[in-house]
Amino acid sequence: MTPIYLDNNATTKVDPEVVQAMLPYLTEFYGNPSSMHSFGGQVGKAVKQAREQVAALLGAEDSEIVFTSCGTEGNNTAIRAALAAQPEKRHIITTEVEHPAVLNVCKQLEKQGYRVAYLSVDNRGQLDLVELEASLTGDTALVTTMYANNETGTVFPIEQIGLRVKDAGAIFHVDAVQAVGKIPLNMKTSTIDLLTLSGHKLHAPKGIGALYIRRGFRFRPFLLGGHQERGRRAGTENVPGIIGLGKAAELELQHLPEAVKREKQFRDRLEKTLLEQIPDTQVNGDRKSRLPNTTNIGFKYIEGEAILLMLNQHGICASSGSACTSGSLEPSHVLRAMGLPYTILHGSIRFSLSRYTTAAEIDKVLEVMPGIVERLRALSPFNSDQAGWLQGREEAVAANR
Amino acid sequence: MWDYTDTVMDHFYNPRNQGAIADTQETGIAVVYGEVGSIACGDALRLHLQIEIQSDKILDARFQTFGCTSAIASSSALTEIIKNKTLDQALNITNRDIAEFLGGLPEAKMHCSVMGQEALEAAIYKYRGIEVEHHEEDEGALICSCFGISDARIRRVIIENSLTTVEQVTSYVKAGGGCGSCLADIEDLIASVVQETAATSRRVEAELAAAPTLPLTTVQKVNLIQKVLLEDVRPMLIADGGDIELFDVEGNIVKVILKGACGNCPGSTATLKDGIEVRLRQRVLPELIVEAVNL
Repeated sequence: MTPIYLDNNATTKVDPEVVQAMLPYLTEFYGNPSSMHSFGGQVGKAVKQAREQVAALLGAEDSEIVFTSCGTEGNNTAIRAALAAQPEKRHIITTEVEHPAVLNVCKQLEKQGYRVAYLSVDNRGQLDLVELEASLTGDTALVTTMYANNETGTVFPIEQIGLRVKDAGAIFHVDAVQAVGKIPLNMKTSTIDLLTLSGHKLHAPKGIGALYIRRGFRFRPFLLGGHQERGRRAGTENVPGIIGLGKAAELELQHLPEAVKREKQFRDRLEKTLLEQIPDTQVNGDRKSRLPNTTNIGFKYIEGEAILLMLNQHGICASSGSACTSGSLEPSHVLRAMGLPYTILHGSIRFSLSRYTTAAEIDKVLEVMPGIVERLRALSPFNSDQAGWLQGREEAVAANR
Repeated sequence: MWDYTDTVMDHFYNPRNQGAIADTQETGIAVVYGEVGSIACGDALRLHLQIEIQSDKILDARFQTFGCTSAIASSSALTEIIKNKTLDQALNITNRDIAEFLGGLPEAKMHCSVMGQEALEAAIYKYRGIEVEHHEEDEGALICSCFGISDARIRRVIIENSLTTVEQVTSYVKAGGGCGSCLADIEDLIASVVQETAATSRRVEAELAAAPTLPLTTVQKVNLIQKVLLEDVRPMLIADGGDIELFDVEGNIVKVILKGACGNCPGSTATLKDGIEVRLRQRVLPELIVEAVNL
């Protein structure tokens, strides 16, 4: 059974053209781009071209791109660099719904004496700009937010945030791992100082990412060692990965308008039909400001892992924010921050599409999903006549929170 | 993706005995359900039993489960295990029996089997008229406020499953899986149980070494049982707000009356079997069976 892959916010298929572009750099062109001989120099030129390709996707200059190993490294580097650039300031602003690659860095910085403000979100997962303005102080070194949420697809008003950050004299870092390749970006007209992206979210391989660093930014490197990346990120370059990322960026730029239109159309059909066909169902996230490829749907009274395994039986791959899929005992911090009731957040499924998604795949999901929900609801004790039991417990848990 | 056994997947995809049992008011037949669950963790179970009153036997068992794959599979397995058992036999079923029936569960999912065992107890105690709703608060201090779990419940799971780490406790009973502020308390509980168990083992070994090898007379047996209950068991139960009294000894069956908090405690089966019976078997005779008498 060929899988129907609708978990593209987790990772994406490597584009065959990307693989083709990488192959020579895994075989014949194995030179070190830092070497002074022509064998290395040839590879260095390819790395330069890849840097230009990534810069083009972001509307940036190639000198503003530093290759990293992943989104996590990009986020860690950006946050540390922003703080190092303003050692006198001790305040950071982020949000409750960030990826752990930002949240856990902030938590560690708190232990090191920084004050961190975690901005709340509303039930659409959207930020309150008034709360942001109230949080900004003269001591704020950094505001670090995601561009688009990985679980709900909610897109933050990045430029509106950036204008306020700049007015306060702070540095603005954006984790754009989910946005790059799905939203057109132009760093030339943006307020963003630092921006993180990850290759495997845009049809490049895993193990490669990039950090955009605005020209003139007082950057302090996170990884120290050799002089690679003009001294901004030491370590021998992952050349095949960089070539792959460059090619993937070029392809994204080429496919972006058409892919966005197509994915949005499929996503909307999937979402609309599921909501029409299945009662007690809701979309989680900001439907007015959302990634075109993502829908997060809460199916009341049933649990996410059970839904995923039933989908898996039909070869359909999706994702869930339930506790039972994560190894943790607590469900998604993003859905909890949105204040969703446990009945919704435990039964929430994320479908994330890519340019490879087909109409037939969406049809298949629409064919099987109502039956799966019906089957699991038949097992569940939380039918409408027994909702009192559930409600009482929801309230008890909420009171205990 | 979790590494589930084929049996788990079979019971998930083809659950046995799902649904409720309607009470048809048939003479000699009782229908009851027990429910447990944590919305915060995302699993809840309502277990329905149809009981033949005269024989105290479970004629039918059905379930309604809100939860993951292993919660559904554990519920299905439980209903298969308990059918045609007497209530006392059913009360002897542990969460480990449910997990073993399924060919094992991932350790992080063991709490699903615990949920099955607790729903079974809730149903049987409800049938027997024992109030269980406020059991947790009555029984001991709240350790994990995220999931509402008391020290008594954690203790019980530690003893029944021979747990030695905080991670295991979290997997089996969820405690500590939320904010994590109770992890140190759980660690202390584990240490205390380990210490108590080690002290008991040492004492039993010493007494066995000193014990005569001749078979016990009935009088010696009764006296020795009384001595163990008075010196070893009572202080432990009194500390938890309960008590015990020896009612009778018939052959190798020791009949006791549980009092105080133990008298209406859903965990009393575990206390009887894993606490009192184990001690009496170690210190008096390996063949002894302990039963509670309701007067």
